[in-house]
Amino acid sequence: MKLECKHVWEHISEYIDGSVDAKLREDIERHLEHCEICSAILDSTRNILVLTADDRTFELPVGYSKRLHERLKEEIAKSKAEPPPGGAE
Amino acid sequence: MQTNNTDEAGLIARILAGEKELFHELIGPYERMVYLTLFSIVKNEAEAEDGAQEAVISAYRHLGSFRGDAKFSTWLTTIAINEGRKRLRKAKGRAEDSIDEQIEELEGDYTPAPLTDWREIPLEALERKELREALRVAVTELPDIYRQVFALRDLEEMNIEETAEALGITTSAVKVRLHRARIMLQKRLVPFLKTTAPARKGFFGRAL
Repeated sequence: MKLECKHVWEHISEYIDGSVDAKLREDIERHLEHCEICSAILDSTRNILVLTADDRTFELPVGYSKRLHERLKEEIAKSKAEPPPGGAE
Repeated sequence: MQTNNTDEAGLIARILAGEKELFHELIGPYERMVYLTLFSIVKNEAEAEDGAQEAVISAYRHLGSFRGDAKFSTWLTTIAINEGRKRLRKAKGRAEDSIDEQIEELEGDYTPAPLTDWREIPLEALERKELREALRVAVTELPDIYRQVFALRDLEEMNIEETAEALGITTSAVKVRLHRARIMLQKRLVPFLKTTAPARKGFFGRAL
């Protein structure tokens, strides 16, 4: 079956996640071979996801980890005088 | 998030048996995830950090109620989501259900933006600070329900099922929202790429 661009766009997210069935995957891939517009859309979407997962894009505040563990340390010290964690509300 | 499940279960058992300091080790691989989950909800750095601390402390206090049938990461994410929603309600001073029960619209234009010169954009364009900044802004500006799914799935790299479980929605809702979020971002960033990365056909040298 020959797919239209619009049909490819509807499935682009699932295609990226590898969750389309084998038949549809094959149809999409055949379409991508000759359609530069859809190939470019797919590439750009993928690149955005790569960039999103890159740790440098969404950075943690400087010192976040240190402050978190200091807070946790205080909490643990406090709870040492109490029963084991989670035992009571 | 590559923690081995059996190691983790062992760690949890030891913490509950009294080796409380090991909680530092247990939480280590998830610090980033907790912060990003909070940030995806409250959209403010300071508030997200406070919330992340509260979520981690809460997880420590309630570790005894963690059941091994869920993944620890999913359980922890649920705590982080609840903490975020609590803060959002407080900030907005609204009734609980007015925030949590947004649903996606049936209609809407969720078609990607066509671009013809993507392949001519130099790879270095992806390394640009401005592009990262544009992506951060675009993600922050996504409607809440789309941003939260996108954050868990594509930022924290949870799978569809875990994302559904943590947010308390169906896997098909996750798929629909994820698709729309990705398309909205593609649309937002394509013009940016076009304007900041002029095509350089036939350019073989390197800029000095």
